[in-house]
Amino acid sequence: MDKRDGGGRPDSAVVRDALGVGVAVGLSGFAFGVTSAGSGLTLLQTCALSLLVFTGASQFALVGALAAGGNPLTAAAGAFFLGVRNAFYGLRLSQLLALPRAVRPFAAQWVIDETTAVALAQPTRRGARIGFAVTGLSLYVLWNLTTLLGALGAEAIGDTDAWGLDAAGPAVFLALLAPMLTTAVERTVAGVAVVLGLGLLPVLPAGVPVLVAALAAPAVLWAEGRRKGAGHEDGPGEDR
Amino acid sequence: MNTWIAIGATALGCYVVKLVGLLVPAGALERPLVKRLAALLPVALLAALTAQQTFADGRALVLDARAAGLAAAAVALVLRAPFLIVVATAVVVTAGVRAVGG
Repeated sequence: MDKRDGGGRPDSAVVRDALGVGVAVGLSGFAFGVTSAGSGLTLLQTCALSLLVFTGASQFALVGALAAGGNPLTAAAGAFFLGVRNAFYGLRLSQLLALPRAVRPFAAQWVIDETTAVALAQPTRRGARIGFAVTGLSLYVLWNLTTLLGALGAEAIGDTDAWGLDAAGPAVFLALLAPMLTTAVERTVAGVAVVLGLGLLPVLPAGVPVLVAALAAPAVLWAEGRRKGAGHEDGPGEDR
Repeated sequence: MNTWIAIGATALGCYVVKLVGLLVPAGALERPLVKRLAALLPVALLAALTAQQTFADGRALVLDARAAGLAAAAVALVLRAPFLIVVATAVVVTAGVRAVGG
């Protein structure tokens, strides 16, 4: 392939951006290792999650649900639904990266929030491929390494709650959620989900309230569609 | 054993959805409603999980040191602190409130 295809940034600039994201986020595997071990998972189980699942929000959701005493398949369902967004990242990336079919099963494990964000930010295919590969590799290596260190550390300090480490999981969720709350629709979905998630907690089996709370998304979309439909009859000029 | 079942199911499910995105023809999932729903689903799940892991003790709702930690994390987010600082703030404040509260 040509060394620099028209209008692209230098390869070194792409690598620098990719490493910045990979290192910063990769370090937070430490929080996962601590949370997972603090939730009662073994060292091997904790490391298996980071190696095989490799999508942070799903991993935190799974260990949280298991710690709360959820049924394993209910717990897995919550983690799975959080991972569904990666399919849509894959759609964008498959056009952008144009990977050979044989490479796709290997590249798939790295299709996550961060690699997508870095790849989409590059103006050329070459830049996108470098960004995806460098972010994926640095994040995968560091995330697994820090998971191991976090789990070992949690076993060494014993009572992780005394160190406030049970707040790491929800803080990660909050940090992932905050940038998504861009419009009133997202904020409404989040509000309804909080009410459902907390309100149903005492009455439904562990892990199930989160799945019911997920219905806030289609419910709010449906309500929005109806309102738009009604608004359309009143004034055809409105677009939001 | 139950934990390994959950890990296996999650690993398989999460890998398959990643691969599906790379393999399906462009346009198959490009309907606007499907894309909107896919973007909103994580919002609902993350909001519910944040609330539960902050206020739940088993199946009871409680107000303890975690609430203070998460409030501090929210302030850090408003101040545009980096990801790791946000998480560290929650941990330190939660530990501090527990230490003071006994």
